[in-house]
Amino acid sequence: MINKSTQVEENTEGYREIEITVFRYNSQNKNDTPEYQTYKLIETPGMTLYIALIKIWSTMDHHLSFDFVCRAGICGSCSMVVNGKPRLACKTRTNEFEDGKITLLPLPTFKHIKDLSVDTGNWMNAMSKKVESWIHTKEKTDIAAIEKPIEPEDAQAVFDLDRCIECGICLASCSTKIMREDFVGAVGLNRTARFAIDPHDERTDAEFYELIGDDNGVFGCMSLMGCEDHCPKELPLQTKIAYMRRKMVKA
Amino acid sequence: MKIIYTDALIVGGGLAGLRSAIAARDKGLDTIVISMVPVKRSHSAAAQGGMQASLGNTIKGEGDNEDIHFADTVKGSDWGCDQDVARMFVTTAPKAIRELAAWGVPWNRIGKGPREVIINGQKETIVEKDEAHGLINARDFGGTKKWRTCYTSDATGHTMLYAVANEALKRDVEIHDKKEAISIIHESGICSGVIARDLISGELIAYVARGTMIATGGYGRIYKQSTNAIICKGIGIAIALETGIVQLGNMEAVQFHPTPIVPSGILLTEGCRGDGGVLRDKDGYRFMPDYEPEKKELASRDVVSRRMIEHIRKGKGVKSPYGDHLWLDISILGREHIEKNLHDVQDISKTFNGIDPADEGEKGWMPVLPMQHYSMGGIRVKPTGETPTLKGLFCSGEAACWDLHGFNRLGGNSVSEAVVAGMIVGEYFAEYCANTHLNTNTFTIEKFLEAQREYLQEILSYDGGRNIFDIKDRMRTIMQEKVGVFRNGKDLNDAVNELEDLLKMVKEITVTDKSLCNNPELNEAYRVTKMLKLALCVAKGALDRTESRGAHFREDYTKRDDINWLKRTIATWVNPNDTMPTLSYEALDISKMEMPPAFRGYGKKGAIVLNPLSKKREEEIVKIKETLGSVDRFTMQEALMDYDLPKDYKRKNERVGVGYD
Repeated sequence: MINKSTQVEENTEGYREIEITVFRYNSQNKNDTPEYQTYKLIETPGMTLYIALIKIWSTMDHHLSFDFVCRAGICGSCSMVVNGKPRLACKTRTNEFEDGKITLLPLPTFKHIKDLSVDTGNWMNAMSKKVESWIHTKEKTDIAAIEKPIEPEDAQAVFDLDRCIECGICLASCSTKIMREDFVGAVGLNRTARFAIDPHDERTDAEFYELIGDDNGVFGCMSLMGCEDHCPKELPLQTKIAYMRRKMVKA
Repeated sequence: MKIIYTDALIVGGGLAGLRSAIAARDKGLDTIVISMVPVKRSHSAAAQGGMQASLGNTIKGEGDNEDIHFADTVKGSDWGCDQDVARMFVTTAPKAIRELAAWGVPWNRIGKGPREVIINGQKETIVEKDEAHGLINARDFGGTKKWRTCYTSDATGHTMLYAVANEALKRDVEIHDKKEAISIIHESGICSGVIARDLISGELIAYVARGTMIATGGYGRIYKQSTNAIICKGIGIAIALETGIVQLGNMEAVQFHPTPIVPSGILLTEGCRGDGGVLRDKDGYRFMPDYEPEKKELASRDVVSRRMIEHIRKGKGVKSPYGDHLWLDISILGREHIEKNLHDVQDISKTFNGIDPADEGEKGWMPVLPMQHYSMGGIRVKPTGETPTLKGLFCSGEAACWDLHGFNRLGGNSVSEAVVAGMIVGEYFAEYCANTHLNTNTFTIEKFLEAQREYLQEILSYDGGRNIFDIKDRMRTIMQEKVGVFRNGKDLNDAVNELEDLLKMVKEITVTDKSLCNNPELNEAYRVTKMLKLALCVAKGALDRTESRGAHFREDYTKRDDINWLKRTIATWVNPNDTMPTLSYEALDISKMEMPPAFRGYGKKGAIVLNPLSKKREEEIVKIKETLGSVDRFTMQEALMDYDLPKDYKRKNERVGVGYD
């Protein structure tokens, strides 16, 4: 790929200059060719990649595409590859990089849209349907009556796994996902573990086996642990995959 | 021409939209949700501290019920809310939370026996009842008489949104993300869908439906400093305004949250103060008890935000390169509590400020300053959620002026409103869709689609050389500086004039990339135009409202004036070429209120011009009570102000220790 051009911002405050190189490609335009573009800008105190990219977009290059929503690390929109590692851009501070050089690539394994923007919503919805990511119960709830009591530790354990934000970083860190398009990944397996320990869910191990008891499910994982290493919510993904695998072997 | 037909169309995939979609699917309706972003990324996910519902499980919530939640909400609103709607809401909220529990939201649960809590800066031990063991817990929040805010750590909106989104997927609600509604299709006073833009291909799509709901959230991003996600631009509200028919209510009612972190503006939940955190000034002094002896840090948000700015104006702020700020101290809660119940707050503070709030003493204090947080105003709707002027157009959640919050929303009432409105308005909406036949034709649809095609081309043809990003920045700065926590006539007048100039200036921009597809600069050009119209509604509404009520505070009219201003501001945009909204007013009727206007119990005393009708209604209420004698609270309530709810939502709610009483 060629390096298209370099755009430079004027330095007035005496802060250091950083270089952000971004992958540029419009997948919607069949005639477009992929290329890198470098932007030189002034690093302001506390700068994150969110602040940096918004600055580039609003002052240097109005055509640059990327996805931010909450800019606070809770919505999972802005996953991208930062100097070779999948991360949430909004939670990445530019001063982490000593040489001030940062290269940004779109998150792999998802359908590319343009530049740093990828389509995660449709894949995640399909995954949620595939693992039937909802409570299965025959019990009918009377919503005017006192709720079913749950042990505080049980609720806390479910919450700890429910913190997943579907950012897709576990998939971008996963070797199986690169080989198997339909692998549900740590996000899907963590989700089944979440429902498996939820006292409201009546599914048996055999029923979970129907959903994830194959190579696109729990037996696809090669335990390389890329998912857990990169998870921005620090979820215990490997332990939970192992937990589901033990259950599935018995089922 | 691409046309997609459905029975029920919902614009916006947050809690209100998705819960409404479930109501529609449960009636067997073909249902589509269109959303700018994947639905689980909606701003509902950002709600941290919790959801109010009067379960009364915890010992600190004992005795809580609908009546107390109602009174807190009405006082919080500074009597600006619609009391019918507040009653509908408080009666349904316990049902909403129990439905969500059954759908798997892992609400924090009560463990019986003693536990240590921080109240008023002091450690105290409370003892939870045996019969409450395992039931849904609650924390304290501002402006509430009881501990009523139920939570999942400080990620409450996230767990709620995921549960509701998954239930929608289970029911095969069709979700079309990366689609943005840019105009409403309507003819002869009937709405029949929207024109949407595919944000990937740029294609214009007509979504045609029996009924349409807007659930696109608030308009916080018209301000420079806001806790809102960057998608909260109010586009759904703006396209309703642009029909020329739909009315917006109380747009000037904008909430400023006391404790976003400086400088990023990311929210630190009210749960920080609810759980016992305190505010400190540059001397480390806890100043709130001096201003608000009773509620201290837990007065309503409008009051705490004003007290903070007041204190900074006395020179007590902490100097920083980003201006003066104050400190939020939660270190006194202890590391264990913070890591379990304020996990995201700790993560945010560590990531964005390098401060671990669990560190003891000064080291753990987090810099905070009031910033825009919530839009009380929005599309004016009836209690059923339908707009009174355009049949078949419904609205719910933050985008609506239903009007649950009046001039100030209580913390914990927003996600609660979103799901509750999704249930109530969703049900009325579903009924409407089930009983209505589509009444439009391809000629009308094509006319609206063609108008948008021409409009986008028109934007690309502008050639004045101005930059849309500069216009946006100026708008956000004006709103920040002149339409903020403290307002006055001169600044507001300047703001209105300057915003009007900016709106005219949009025709002088040049969009450098002429592509209709995947062009973020073009997106900005039409969005900023819409945002400017909303900003004008806010600023003009604030200028003309010569009183102070809830979050709207006028330094030149410091009193709440119930004689002249107990009314809702209504804004319309009569002609497409207008550069100013047309304002009118809708009076609130004291003679029908269950709770006539009075002092809120917090905030400045003696700052109200009471309406004599308040006293008259109070006397009436005393008489009604005397006549009825000793009846249960439900019979009494019905006699004071009857209200309707769909389905069986009006049923009594069971509570531990009191049953259905």
